[in-house]
Amino acid sequence: MNETYELRSAETHIEVHKFYPGAIAGVAILALVLQAMVPVYFPGFRILDLPLLLTIYFGLSRRNPSTGLLLGMVIGLLQDSLSGPTVPLGFYGIAKTCIGYLASSIGARLDTEHPAARFALIMGFFVTHQAILVLVRRLLLAEPEVWFNMHLVVAAAVNAVLGTILFLLLDRLRRSS
Amino acid sequence: MLLQEGPEFFSPSQELGAAIFGFSWNYLKLRIDYRELSSMVAIPSRHKSLALLAAVLIAQLLLLAVQIKRDSRGRLIRVWAVSAVSPFERSGVWGFGKIRGVWDHYFALQTTSRENEALRVENDSLKLAISQLESKAAEAERLSALLSFREAHAKVPMLSARVIGASAGSASRMVEIDRGERDGVRRNMAVITPDGAVGKVIEIYSDTAQVLLLTDKDGGVGAMLVESRDQKPVGGTGEALLTLKYVPNDDKVSIGEKVVTSGMDKIFPQGIPVGTVQEVKPGNTFKQILLKPAAKLERLEEVIVLLTQEPVEFAKEPDAQSAPGAANSGTAAVPAATGQKP
Repeated sequence: MNETYELRSAETHIEVHKFYPGAIAGVAILALVLQAMVPVYFPGFRILDLPLLLTIYFGLSRRNPSTGLLLGMVIGLLQDSLSGPTVPLGFYGIAKTCIGYLASSIGARLDTEHPAARFALIMGFFVTHQAILVLVRRLLLAEPEVWFNMHLVVAAAVNAVLGTILFLLLDRLRRSS
Repeated sequence: MLLQEGPEFFSPSQELGAAIFGFSWNYLKLRIDYRELSSMVAIPSRHKSLALLAAVLIAQLLLLAVQIKRDSRGRLIRVWAVSAVSPFERSGVWGFGKIRGVWDHYFALQTTSRENEALRVENDSLKLAISQLESKAAEAERLSALLSFREAHAKVPMLSARVIGASAGSASRMVEIDRGERDGVRRNMAVITPDGAVGKVIEIYSDTAQVLLLTDKDGGVGAMLVESRDQKPVGGTGEALLTLKYVPNDDKVSIGEKVVTSGMDKIFPQGIPVGTVQEVKPGNTFKQILLKPAAKLERLEEVIVLLTQEPVEFAKEPDAQSAPGAANSGTAAVPAATGQKP
């Protein structure tokens, strides 16, 4: 009983952040447009996964698993829709639903405001996201896909660095309580 | 229920009122019972979100299964998504072009300024004209290559298009162009640049179309080694290079050898450059051969859509004669088989 009480009282200290109206939808659409447009001019931009970074950020900030997983699902399905007919609807949707759920569940238990914590979490979530994508490809689509390569490590590190900076910018969209 | 138990001499309006009352009362009781039940069962919020997670995942798994089983790709959802996002992409490309123009113009003016300092004595007006030409040169060079190609093959129905977007994820290699069904673009039309083959149209919308690049894992083209004339398929790897498939270990393939389209896939005319052999390794049965694409697939800004799926008679040029087999192919010559711009 005591442990439960302490856990609950500890959880109440974690602040749930709210955002200006339309901020989440606006930023999500902007991220998807940038993800589809910028690689035309800068192919290296392809290494970034802006929709994933947004799913993680809003999951960690909102700290509500239901909201997190639904947001992840919507962003993932939109990313599927914009990735051409060779990517079936649900491919990114499933992966980002899981990440949205995990991020908001972790956000509800830990303080994730420190840049170092955010860096580590983005790394972890990026690798998990890729693992889910590989799982979906291998098990559901029966397509060969390697589990691990150096590109994954580099991509995770790049996303973690830029994601940490991006999160600081996104913090400005929070509504002061 | 209430009517059955009541007196038998009620008027119809009284019966109706009593029925409505009875229904409302029963509904209210049900609501109260449900609330009591909910408070008694008290589903924890964590379990609710877990149940929601399971429901959402199952729904998406079913969606995947339906697409695989019926080979449908959720076209309606994609049409909505692409229609919603393509205006932003168009305005983004426009804005990016403006910014780049200002940027280029700024540097051009800097160069002009330095040149003016050094050559002021000679001719100011001439320097100004040169600087203006320089500022436009980069863009003009790219567009003129495209125009030259079109003019050189005026009889071939083709359409130039601007690339306005790319795949939103790294799982596919696809670009979006600003020409669609209204412009006559259809599925499975070949897309090229003056440098070589790019890919094929896989999805069309009213004003835009999606092009699957050769480098996509599902991308590919019927190809032919220029020296040996062996016809083999070329496929994408999901990376920047292509792979030439099913070449037996006994066959000789040299690094630097050109590969062109064979025309057997009924999408690309014969003789369009596909790539150059960059790496050859022996495999179990077949060689592992990697090709460097002839077209700059990583930096596409303008492309050409061939508006026909029939074999195309390209204009014969002196360059084209150098490609072996071009003369006796009967279907197409090689406009840029040597990789040179016409």
